[in-house]
This record gives sequence, structure tokens and C-alpha cells, in this order.
Amino acid sequence: MSLDQIFFYFFGGIAILGAVLTVTRRNPVHSAVFLITALLATAGIFLLQRAEFLFAAQIILYVGGIMVLFIFVIMLVDIDVALRRVQFTRQRWVALLLALVLGAQVALALWMGRAGFRLPPARPASTEGNTELIGRVLFQSYMLPFEIASILLLVALVGAVMMAKRKT
Amino acid sequence: MPTEYFLQHIWLIPLFPLATAFLMLLIGRQLPNKAVSVLCVGSVGVSFVYSAGAFLQLIARPVEQRVAEVVLFDWVPAGPFQTAGGVVKDFVAEWGLLLDPLSAVMILVVTGVGFLIHFYSIGYMGHEGGYYRFFGYMNLFMFSMLTLVMANNLLLMFVGWEGVGLCSYLLIGFYFLRKSAADAGKKAFIVNRIGDAGFLLGIFLIISLFGTVKFTELSPLIAAGGATTSQMTAIALLLFVGATGKSAQIPLYVWLPDAMEGPTPVSALIHAATMVTAGVYMVVRNNAIYQQAPMAMETVAIIGALTAIFAASMGLVQNDIKRVLAYSTISQLGYMFLACGVGAYIAGIFHLMTHAFFKALLFLGSGSVIHAMSGEQDMRKMGALWTKIPTTAKTMFVGALAIAGIPPLAGFFSKDEILWKTFSREGELFFKLLWVTGAITAAMTAFYMFRLVNMTFFGKSRVDHEVEHHIHESPRTMTYVLVALAALSVIGGWVGIPAALGGGNQFEHFLAPVIAGQGGEAHAAAGVAEAHHDPMEYLLMVVSVALALGGIWLARFLYVQRAELPERMAASWKGLYQLLYRKYYMDEIYDAVFVNRTKDLGTTLSAFDATVIDGIGVDGAAWFTRFTSKISIWWDTWIVDGLVNLTAIVVRMMSYPTRLVQTGVVGNYALLIVLGLLFLLGYSLRNPVQNLLQNVLR
Amino acid sequence: MIPTSHYLFLSLMMLTVGIIGVLTRRNVIIILMSIELILNAVNINLVAFSRHFGTVDGQIFALFVITAAAAEAAVGLGIIIAFFRNRETVLADEMDLLKW
Repeated sequence: MSLDQIFFYFFGGIAILGAVLTVTRRNPVHSAVFLITALLATAGIFLLQRAEFLFAAQIILYVGGIMVLFIFVIMLVDIDVALRRVQFTRQRWVALLLALVLGAQVALALWMGRAGFRLPPARPASTEGNTELIGRVLFQSYMLPFEIASILLLVALVGAVMMAKRKT
Repeated sequence: MPTEYFLQHIWLIPLFPLATAFLMLLIGRQLPNKAVSVLCVGSVGVSFVYSAGAFLQLIARPVEQRVAEVVLFDWVPAGPFQTAGGVVKDFVAEWGLLLDPLSAVMILVVTGVGFLIHFYSIGYMGHEGGYYRFFGYMNLFMFSMLTLVMANNLLLMFVGWEGVGLCSYLLIGFYFLRKSAADAGKKAFIVNRIGDAGFLLGIFLIISLFGTVKFTELSPLIAAGGATTSQMTAIALLLFVGATGKSAQIPLYVWLPDAMEGPTPVSALIHAATMVTAGVYMVVRNNAIYQQAPMAMETVAIIGALTAIFAASMGLVQNDIKRVLAYSTISQLGYMFLACGVGAYIAGIFHLMTHAFFKALLFLGSGSVIHAMSGEQDMRKMGALWTKIPTTAKTMFVGALAIAGIPPLAGFFSKDEILWKTFSREGELFFKLLWVTGAITAAMTAFYMFRLVNMTFFGKSRVDHEVEHHIHESPRTMTYVLVALAALSVIGGWVGIPAALGGGNQFEHFLAPVIAGQGGEAHAAAGVAEAHHDPMEYLLMVVSVALALGGIWLARFLYVQRAELPERMAASWKGLYQLLYRKYYMDEIYDAVFVNRTKDLGTTLSAFDATVIDGIGVDGAAWFTRFTSKISIWWDTWIVDGLVNLTAIVVRMMSYPTRLVQTGVVGNYALLIVLGLLFLLGYSLRNPVQNLLQNVLR
Repeated sequence: MIPTSHYLFLSLMMLTVGIIGVLTRRNVIIILMSIELILNAVNINLVAFSRHFGTVDGQIFALFVITAAAAEAAVGLGIIIAFFRNRETVLADEMDLLKW
């Protein structure tokens, strides 16, 4: 059992566990907390993959930004009434079945092609660090998507403000 | 004037009266009577001059060349026509006029007597309304009659035939405000029409057998034997049917007595001298056909003889002066047909000519009597007029002598010729019987004619007091004509004095070329044979004169000396008298059998039209239309609209479950998205899955 | 070394869980969180392949995914707040104004 494997199974397990708990909790705050753990585990997965920048970005953006936003909104919305209601929709069994079938289909596809997904080929390590690499590629090759993403954020910003504003 | 001017201009002869008739049509109303007289009578006079000129120029030619033809234009160029015998001929009917001895005689008679009668009418019709109309119609009649006798083919002759029938109708119904006159005109035209149908059928047969209607072309074809005897008999009989209609023979004579409703000059011209003789002319013109059909000739002779005696018997008891003359005309026409029937065509034409003279004279004379009697026509109210209207009386006496057949007046020669030719035909008893009929009729003719004369001019006066004051002789325009006709009645027969009496019979020699088989040498040979005078001929002459004198004596006895006898005889033989007086009830029989049956047919057809045609056709069509429209409505409502509605219903049906998908719940939509994704993935994975399943199941 | 397929299966499992969450839960906030799970699963996938092929494009893509997730979460939560103010509910089943 190499260190890689241990870390993989550790982070992976936590991610899955967190995900499962997220979708099964009654209290949304609990769900949010478990989502945070799942996201953190995912960040760990990223780190295993030598994606350091993404590891940091995941934690800062996702956990620090989005999940905080989630928590705020959960607080704004009155959850007490919702807590007492049935949590699962009437279509839960069908949905479960369908999701599992879907998963099985993709799993089948993956299984049949697993030969191609063996160990990644050996590659000489690059002299550049991950962050530098991402920064370089981001601002050279992916300049346009970068700018578009910034516009997207601007739009989302304006939109969120508009939506949440009290209409007085 | 170039030689043969008149022969080249024979086409003008019918045109003069046509022009004035047309003029009367256009402006006659505005013209004064004097202008009408001058124009209309003058045109006939000019026609007579041209006719006389043409006649003189014709006889100036040698005998073999006495045929002059003038073709005005091709009237019916029908083109190639295949006859029944398979020969292809180029059929053309021309508007062409033919002048040969026969038509020369006819035009002289028509224009001559016609002119005299026109002249007479100036005086007679002078005070009548519609003066211009009368002369217009009379001139139109002259045109038609001249076209008839001068036509060079059967079709043009038929045009004239119809034309005279039309004018007869117009003139009989001249006083159209009188119902009896209008009815008489209709009767004449309709009965004529029946005959015309037969005539047309005969023409059609001729066309189909010979491919031509032209007389000069037909005679050689017939002589060459172009058709069988039975075909010829059929043609001859059909043509004769037309003649019975036009010339008032049995069975189509019934219109002539009623035709006396017309003015007296009309009766004189049309129903004595000219139109009614058209039938005789037509038979003589087609003598080639008749000579090939002995049975037809026998039929003609029988009908002629029967008509003669039949009509004479009815004339014995009539009281209207014009009626007596009408029946007399029918009877004399019977003589003419008898002549044709026994082959004595020329004798028939001879009698036609002499009859025209004395019958016209008698009619015009009766007109003068009626004029003097202020319109009275019943002889029972006349008598002892001899001294009061002497000219009329004397001329009528001459006419009566002529018709009775007293020599040397015209009637004797012509009637005697007919009787002799009838008797002397070789063969059976048949001809002798015909002669007996003719002889008895001659006796009756003399009797009723002098009955008329005696009742009118002699004996005691039975005239009304009122009328008696106004009796006066007719004006000179009328009496001159009477005298002229009387003269003709005397000398008219002298062109036909038979060889037996030492005469040259120029008339027969003149007309001989017209009769088939009697031209040229054949005639000369016959003449030689005739040189031996049969003593029978003299005997018969004596017999006929005796019969005539007997009739005259009897008339004098019954109507002058013992004037009360006729009434007593009528009373004692009431049945016979009634039968004769009521014209053998022929009119009533015809009414019941034909006229009323035709009217019934008309009524039935009208009812048929109203119920069946209108019912089925019109109402039925309406019902059918409504019915089909109901079907259409049903179709439209249920099928067409139904389809449209069905579409809507189907959409609505499908929409009910379909809209349930729109739950509004987002989760459901997400589920559907996943479902779709599932299918897509399944589709793209189908092959591997199939393989897998196969591997697993094996 | 972990074969890439392991990461892929991990990503698949997370995806499945996320889908189950989206389809099964009534609370709309938790639905949004499940969507975040799905996006994360995608990110894991992207990074795995980025590692497999040795390029960095996958990671750039994953970065953009995070950006989009942020924007979408912001607006989505704004909508939830607005809706809650109107209808007093956060349960997806009750947001059925557009039903038939």
C-alpha cells in the first residue's frame, strides 16, 4: 500500500461520504457542512494529482466563497417550517433507480475502456511549478475565455444583487 | 330591241308584280288608292305584255327548239350526291325559269286573266279598307304563281307552290276581323299543308332516285328507265297528294268552299283561274313520271271523276251564289284530273284555260251581283235581276252557257275533248264507267249553273225591299272586264277545235312536245292515225250537248216555270236533300276524326308536358338538386367538418395526458432530463451491451 | 501510482450521488448543493485527465468550472431569496405555478 493509495482512498472516501451525507440530511446547515467536507476532500484529491493551484483555488473559492454564500442564504431563509416537512420528493424511488441505471451505464463504459486508463505515462517532471504554468497558459492561450469568465462574473454579480434586492 | 328580247327576259315576268308587292309592303299605307291601282294593276299588265311577247317569240322558233331557259343563279349548290342507284351526281337547284309551250300557255292565262281581275278589283275593292294590302297580296300571289309555272326545277316550283298557299291564306282571311274568314284562311292553309307533305316526299324520292330536280334533266333520265314501276308509282302518287291539296280534290277539297269568305276577286283569281290549277299543271309537267306509272294514272282518273260528280251533287242545292261556284270549281278541276288520268294531258290543260275564262267571268259576275245587291249573297233573296243589271246578267248567261258545254263556246270543246279521250281509251269497262261519270256530271253542271242563273236573274223577284232600291249596275271598270271575259269564253275554245269538226286543233299541236312520247314524229304518226274520224266521237258530242240542253231545260222548268217545285221536292226527299245540303257532313266527319283528335293530342301532350316534363324535368330537377344538396350538406357537416373536428379532437385527446407532464415541479423536469440522458447513453452503448449480453448468455 | 480509472470511478460515484440529490430532495437549497457536487465530480474528472495526458488544459477548464459554479450559485441563491419572499417556501414541490 503506497502512500498514494492511502491518501487516495482516504480523500476519496471522505468525499463520497460527505456527498452522501450532504444529500441525506434534513437540516440544510448540516448538509452545507458535509458539503464543505466533501469539497475539502476534493481539494485533497486535486493535490494528489499535483494540481496545487487548483487545490488552493478550490478551498478559497468553493469553500470560502460559495459555501459561505450558501450558509448566508440558509440563514436568510426560514428553515424551521421546511424542517418539519417531508424531505424527499414523491419521485424518489424512480429517481434513485434512474440515477443508478445512469451510473451503471457510465460505469459500464468506463469498465470496458479501462484498459486505456491505466497508469499515466511517465513524464519528465517539468521545471515550472504548477501555478506558474497555469498562470502562463491562462494569460496566453486562454486569454479570451478568461475575459469572458470575468464578464460572466460581472453579470452574475449584477444579477444576484438584482434578484435579492428588496423591491421597495 | 334585240331578237328574242322577251325570251331572254322571261325572268322579269314574275318580278314586276313582286316589285310592286314589295312597294306596297314598304309604303303602301301612305299611297293614295289611285297610285296603288296604277302601280299594282300596271305591273301585272306589264307582265302580260312580256308574257305575250315571249309567247310570240317562242312560236317564231321551229317546233323542236321551243324551249327557252334563263338561270338567274345557283340557289342550292348542294354538291356531290349519291343516288339510290349508286350514281354520284353534282346536285344543284337553280333559280331558273323555263319557257316551253306548257309554261307559255300558263303564263298567258295567269297574267291575262290576272290582269283582268286586278282591273276589276279597282272598282270592286274601291270602297274597302286595306286597299293597298289587298293589291300587295294579290301581286305577291302573281309573283308566286308565275314562279310556280315558270320554274325549271321542282324545288323552285315548290317555292311558288308554298307562296301561292301563303297568299291564299292571306287573301281568304283578308277580312280578318271576321272569325269565319280567319278560320277559313287557317283551314285552307292547314289542309294545303297536308298535301304539301306528300309533294315534298315525292320530291325527295325523285332526288334520291335521280339526283336532280331539273325538268330538262329528269325527262331523259325517266325515259331511259331510271327507276322501277313501283318507285314511279310511289313518286306519282305522292306528287298527286300535293295536287289534291292545292287543287281541292278528294279528300283535301274541304277548304275551297270556305275560301269563299275572301273578297270575290280573290275567289275568281285564286280559287278558280290560277292557284287551284297549279295541281293540274304540276301533274302535266311531270307527265313523264305518270306515264311510267299506270296505276297512279288510274288513281288520278278515279279521284278526278269522283270529285267531279261528288262536288257537282253538292252544288245542286247550295243557296249561296259563291258556294255554288266553289263546288263547280272543284267539280271542273275533277274533270282536269280525269283528263290527266286517262293520258289526255293536253285536254286537261285546254280545259284549264277555258275554265279560267268562264269561271273567272262567273265569279266576277257574281261579285257584280253581290255589289248590286248591297252584299246579299243568298240566291233565295234574288230574282228578276235581268233587267236591272243587264250587262252582268248577259255576261253571266254567256259564262253559264260556256260551262254547260254548249257549242260553239269554249267549254264545249275542252270538256268534249276530255270526255272523248276518256271514252276512247282502249281497254276495259273502266274507262267507259269514267265517261259515264263525266257525262252525268256534265248534266248536273248544266243544271246547277242554270239554276243559279234562273234564281238570280229570272223568275219572280224575291229581293228585299230595302235592297231593291239600291240595285244598280256596276261601274265600267267592272263591266268591261266582264265583257272581255265573256268574249274569251266564246272564242277561247276555238284554238282547240278537234280535227273531227274540221278544226286544226292548234292547241294540241302546240303542246304536244311537252308530253313525253308525243314529240315530233310520234305526234305526226298519231295525227295520221287520227285522220280517221271515229263516228263515236260525233255521237258523244251529240250526247253531251243533249245532256247539257237537258240540264238547262230542267233548271228552267224548276226555277222559272214551276218555281214552287224545288221546295216541295226538298221537303219530300228530306234525307237526301239534307245530305247534299250539309255537304255529306264531310266537314263534320273531318272535324270529329282528324281535327278534334289532333286537338286532343295537343291537349294530351300539353298535360304530359305539364305533369311529366315539368314534373319530372323541372320539379324533378329541383327535387334532385335539393336532394344532392342535402347529401352535400351531410358530407360537409359530417365528413369534411368531421375531419377537421377529428383533428381537433385527436389533439385534445393527446393533450390531456401530455399536459399532465407539465407539473410545474422542477424536480420532475430534472428527472426527465436524466431519463433522456439515459436513453442517449443507452443508444450509444447499444453495441457493447449487445455483445456483453451475448457473451453473458452464452 | 493510482490508475486514472480509479479517479474516474470516484468522479462517477460523486456524480451519481449528486444526481440522486438533485432528483430526490425537496429543499431547493440542497438541490443547489447537489448541483455543486456534480460540478465537483466533473472537476475531479477533468483534473484526472489533465494528469493523464500531462497537459494543464484540464485544470484551466476546472478553474473555469469553478468560476461558473460561483456565478450560478450566486444568482441561484438570489432567486431562492426572491422566491422565498413571495411564496414563503423553499420546497421545490410547492414552486408549481407553471403547472398545467
